[in-house]
Amino acid sequence: MNLEQALEKLSLPRLPYDQGGTFVDTSEEGVRMRRIFTKDAPADAVDDRMLINIGPSHPAMHGTIRMVVELDGEMIVGLDVIPGYLHRGFEKECENHTYHQGIPYTDRLNYCSPLINNFAWVETVEKLFSVDVPRRTHLCRMYLAELSRITDHLTAIAAGFMELGAMTPMLWMIEVRDWYWEHLNHLTGARMTQSYARVGGAARDMWDSWLDRAMEIHEKEMIRVLKDVHALVDTNRIFIDRMRGVGVVKQEDAISYGVTGPVLRSTGVGLDCRKYTPYNLYDEVDFDVPIGKYGDNFDRYFVRMREMEESFKICRQLDPMIRATTGDAWRLEDTRMTLPPKEEVYSNIQALMNHFKLIMEGPRPPKGEAYHAVEGANGELGFYIVSDGTGMPYKARCRPPSFINMGSIHLQLLGSQVADIVPIFGQINMIGGECDR
Amino acid sequence: MSDADAGEQTPDLSPVLAAVLQGLEGRVLSYHSQHGDDTIVVAASDRLEVAAWLKHHDTLQFDMLMDTTAVDWIEEEPRFEIVDHFFSTVAHHRLRMKCRVDEDDAIAPSLCALYGAANWMEREVYDMYGISFDAHPDLRRILLYPQFQGFPLRKDYDKLQSWPLFEERYEGVRETSKIIHPNPGELEPSHEP
Repeated sequence: MNLEQALEKLSLPRLPYDQGGTFVDTSEEGVRMRRIFTKDAPADAVDDRMLINIGPSHPAMHGTIRMVVELDGEMIVGLDVIPGYLHRGFEKECENHTYHQGIPYTDRLNYCSPLINNFAWVETVEKLFSVDVPRRTHLCRMYLAELSRITDHLTAIAAGFMELGAMTPMLWMIEVRDWYWEHLNHLTGARMTQSYARVGGAARDMWDSWLDRAMEIHEKEMIRVLKDVHALVDTNRIFIDRMRGVGVVKQEDAISYGVTGPVLRSTGVGLDCRKYTPYNLYDEVDFDVPIGKYGDNFDRYFVRMREMEESFKICRQLDPMIRATTGDAWRLEDTRMTLPPKEEVYSNIQALMNHFKLIMEGPRPPKGEAYHAVEGANGELGFYIVSDGTGMPYKARCRPPSFINMGSIHLQLLGSQVADIVPIFGQINMIGGECDR
Repeated sequence: MSDADAGEQTPDLSPVLAAVLQGLEGRVLSYHSQHGDDTIVVAASDRLEVAAWLKHHDTLQFDMLMDTTAVDWIEEEPRFEIVDHFFSTVAHHRLRMKCRVDEDDAIAPSLCALYGAANWMEREVYDMYGISFDAHPDLRRILLYPQFQGFPLRKDYDKLQSWPLFEERYEGVRETSKIIHPNPGELEPSHEP
């Protein structure tokens, strides 16, 4: 029996009702559900539904999401998802700080891939300025964004394993993730909240030996771990039983609910900002957009694993490209946004004034509005900034992929078993900092 | 930036904007393509109809609502601007649609009938700006808690005020008739030491 036939035999959970709330299941179980669920249930219908609160302090809810589920036996028949326990007013704070001061806030959105958030923010500000950064800056940003994507996917998959009770692959993957984070630490000065990007460039230049070690981690550690993890779990009976056919979401539903990233791609839509609305220099590199077929948890796991391989592929292509630009400009020399070199600040009154103005008032983009979207690890991460010509954004909006993906989780959970909440939620990869902002 | 400021209407329109302007003749109040982002401004009452037209158009096919947010132009009239970003998963193009609602009558048609994504995003706009959405199935606060008063992303919200802790229940939330508004400077600790 091949995999296709095996899947045929699996009885996938069916929703008792469609999107509009109309009951479509006419089986005996479906009719029973309907009598229980509707308000005008006959008197002899036994209402044995149970209301259960899960989270926010449950570890599998990542400490920030609360779900009130209505259970009929083990089946979820009602659901209310309550986010917001990590809300810290990101947008309000951004409106009261300069553009540069906003960079550390963006670190704290998706803290598994902070550099992608950093770059998305500064690229939006650069769009407001209508400037283009040097080629080397673009290449370095792409390289670091791909490293961040790998660390984010490693975290997501490792956490998913751990929540299913598989400690070994989780420890392997977290070990490699830490190699990456330690190495990013050498460049940016921090493991997680890196704040490396600057409007018009970066905090410091990348050097060749840094790239050597990054490639060493790819080739020596990461490839081996990916191979081991595939060997360990891909054909594992328990893993397949918990993942295959669980959390199925249909393509049209996913599009309607604005789902992006690996969750959308698992349903077979090959949508990727890097490919179809290219930013940076992604049109110069060759990579594939992996897609799934069934839109279930197993596909999401596989899409993430394949995406890491594609990220290596991009990194391998970028490596010689970055080396070829060594010594070139690595940031814009634009007094409107980039800080002058320190030695000039201490010896030259013009540079001192420039420094003072940029620190105290911030870069002042012209009046206007801009939306810039990048492919974050969880989906389309966009920033919509409205400038009123001052050093602080008049409006700063983050389009959070986790939040919007979470808005569709009821499609997967309704009709599932209560034990499926944990793997489904794990594969959505909700990052609290980004979901609640 | 008001619409008048943004109205640097370029003579050569992008294909998307040209198709939209041709199909929605008369409904588009103004438009621009600043920084390459095609933008149209419509009346708030047209929000749902224009979105439905955009979604079901043969070539435009804006089948994904990427983002919904609002901007508080406190010194202008009407005060709030609802900003929607659409994306087409087929043709891979984007469009921004804006509409204005007044503070006294801050209500706009909901897009929930067209896009599932509108549910949570409109709830967030309601939570943060106090703009209501007509025919929204579940208009509650989403990031903040039900007892919260005020709308924090409005420009006249005092961000230094603090809020006491509430005991949280799911249904039958404990009635707290008195919500304390301490002045900045006499902020109370949230719990007893």
